Amino acid sequence: MDRRTFLKHSGLALAATATSAFPMPHIARAQAGKAIRIGLMAPLSGVVAAGGKEIVEGFNMYWEEKGNQIAGRPVEVVVEDDAGNPDTALQKARRLVEQENVDFLFGNLLANTGLAVANYVRGNGVPYFIPVIAADDLTQRQRVKNVIRVAGYTASQMPRPLADWALKQGYKRIATISQDYTFGHEQCAGFSQVFTEGGGTIVGQLWNPLNTADFSPYIGQLGSMNIDAIFTMELGADASRFMKQYSDFGLKGQIPLLGAQNFTDQSVIRTSGPECEGIVSSAHFAEGSDNPETQKFVKAYSEKYGKLPSLYGFSHYSGALWVGQVIEGLKGDISNRDKFLDAVLNSELTNSPLGRPVRFDDYGNPIYDVYIRKVVKNAEGKYWNVPIETYPSVSQFWTYDPKEYLAKPPFSRDNQGIKKT
Amino acid sequence: MASAITSVRHSPLAFIVVLAAIFGALPPLVSTYELSLANEVLIFALLVMSIDVLAGYAGRVSLGHGAIFGISTYVVIYWTTIMGGSPWVGCFLGILAATFAAGVFALLAARVGGVYFLLLTLALGMIVWGVCLRWTSVTGGENGIRGSGRPDIIADPTVFYYVTLAVVLALTVIIWRFVHSPFGLTLRGIRDSESRMRSLGYGAATHIFLAFTITGLFAGVAGALYALFNDFVSPSTVQLAQSVEGLLMAIIGGIGTLFGSFIGAAAIILLENFVSQYTERWQMILGLTFIGAMIFAPEGILGALRKLFARSSSRQTKS
Repeated sequence: MDRRTFLKHSGLALAATATSAFPMPHIARAQAGKAIRIGLMAPLSGVVAAGGKEIVEGFNMYWEEKGNQIAGRPVEVVVEDDAGNPDTALQKARRLVEQENVDFLFGNLLANTGLAVANYVRGNGVPYFIPVIAADDLTQRQRVKNVIRVAGYTASQMPRPLADWALKQGYKRIATISQDYTFGHEQCAGFSQVFTEGGGTIVGQLWNPLNTADFSPYIGQLGSMNIDAIFTMELGADASRFMKQYSDFGLKGQIPLLGAQNFTDQSVIRTSGPECEGIVSSAHFAEGSDNPETQKFVKAYSEKYGKLPSLYGFSHYSGALWVGQVIEGLKGDISNRDKFLDAVLNSELTNSPLGRPVRFDDYGNPIYDVYIRKVVKNAEGKYWNVPIETYPSVSQFWTYDPKEYLAKPPFSRDNQGIKKT
Repeated sequence: MASAITSVRHSPLAFIVVLAAIFGALPPLVSTYELSLANEVLIFALLVMSIDVLAGYAGRVSLGHGAIFGISTYVVIYWTTIMGGSPWVGCFLGILAATFAAGVFALLAARVGGVYFLLLTLALGMIVWGVCLRWTSVTGGENGIRGSGRPDIIADPTVFYYVTLAVVLALTVIIWRFVHSPFGLTLRGIRDSESRMRSLGYGAATHIFLAFTITGLFAGVAGALYALFNDFVSPSTVQLAQSVEGLLMAIIGGIGTLFGSFIGAAAIILLENFVSQYTERWQMILGLTFIGAMIFAPEGILGALRKLFARSSSRQTKS
């Protein structure tokens, strides 16, 4: 092959991936001096870039409220784009720690990026806070001491109260449909475990690949299963598409739809029509809660960014608030890492948008009051999640004994914790 | 082109010495982060050379080498973390697995050329990616597998860097020898005219099969080094973007130059990591660089340099 044919062939391949292959970071610097330096990583390019942007917004909102100062020390936030890619995330984490000399790391959205960075900081002890990395084992079987889930949650923690609520509604037969990756497996397992142990039956479990363009084959199967309700775990564009097609196929109004928290998150329903109305989900945060603290945050966020806050923005605002309060408690001295980490683990999040204090369990995962939420239209005609019931003090272990729970294998597509009858 | 090839034939050692001097002098001069970038440049240069042997010398552009590279990474991490085995055995198994996978790829792709070869290797690479993504019980799916750290003897970043440098340079000599052997000359013959080589009695498919499998071994070594370097593996290591990035590096450095692989890998990794610190629009700069390279230096950076030298030296002899 001569050079021209070579160029022709390779040009074809390059055109296909020209822009998507590379990340796009940028740096936001505040004042110089003896500052506290924070490395924030978020996917600012790639498929989850929208959520990544909200991570940066929520995180910066807190520091801006504080005037970029904490306990008398200026705060510098160095933002890096992890591109939703674990290899890139690792490289950026290395740069932030070894080149930018940050005091601690924050962020990441996708579980695989978080796990890669967690493995890196395990070796060097840099504190790493993960408000939206939900991989179960990071606070269960593979805990890393310096990785703390401030204002975060485990995947299987949130759907459990929803399963209990479903049993109380008298639902006996439920089918699940979830995205076929770890975050989907774990959330779906939390639901399936509690639902079957309470006497319900999981009739079938469907797994769709990420970025499913057409849900009609799945919806067709669900429609013929003779079920009382559907539990679904989808996020991003998949969630919007599933809702739309579910409604278009006429199942809406016939079979109730229950969703994992991300399914009706603002990042999804912000652009949805009436198809999202009435869907029930469970989460620790509900932007439609009438709690005055929550409303104060929702109002401030909406005024600043022109949209209702999503879970990503909320979690990073709260995470920053939590760590910020600890730094104030330590009078700005975080030079002793062990002391800093212990102080975080023993602290309580107060004055947060949740309007009630939050603390960690013994494994470094927060215990929340979890809302059962329903999507309704608010006074301004926008859809949002309103609490209809509250489950107090839900930990990642639900009602199980942590030691017994941890002795069991982690959830996967094949291990859904379903009770055999 | 011909003069470029002859000039290398006489001086592979000069290049090796220059590379060893440049990369060997880095550790005391740069920060640990920059050293990790240099380490990555070396690992990718090896992957790029494996692509370059096929693309530059046999005229077959592979989009499957990123996946072959990643298979090795997966095997090493799986062996050390899940099976609890020794990392040295893991590296051996990883390289073996990559070579075997390359052999399977080669069986399927050796008989076709041009764009069909490109598409076939692309498809095979996508299969590897799909398996890694969906076979959750083995590969950890989307989350990947976390490694259990490098063995103590090479745990220090500087020591590991020198080990990488030694391995990569040794393999560079081997690859150089390989493409300048009679076998390598046959590959070049196949690139230039397959039908003529066939009528001369050379089995084109057999040669491509062997070349592909052997380059799989080189990519496997790079993958094993990457496993030790990153201590983590996930489907993003075997995805198409990995193969494409390798190919881009080969083109920027200069297809068919071998040593251009180092320049290409360095150029792209440095662009990615340094320009991006100064501007959000660094992808645009990268794109413009590619367009510029294609217009002004279609033989890549090294190819252009050689042409320049050849021109000036011929002018000198004339005058």
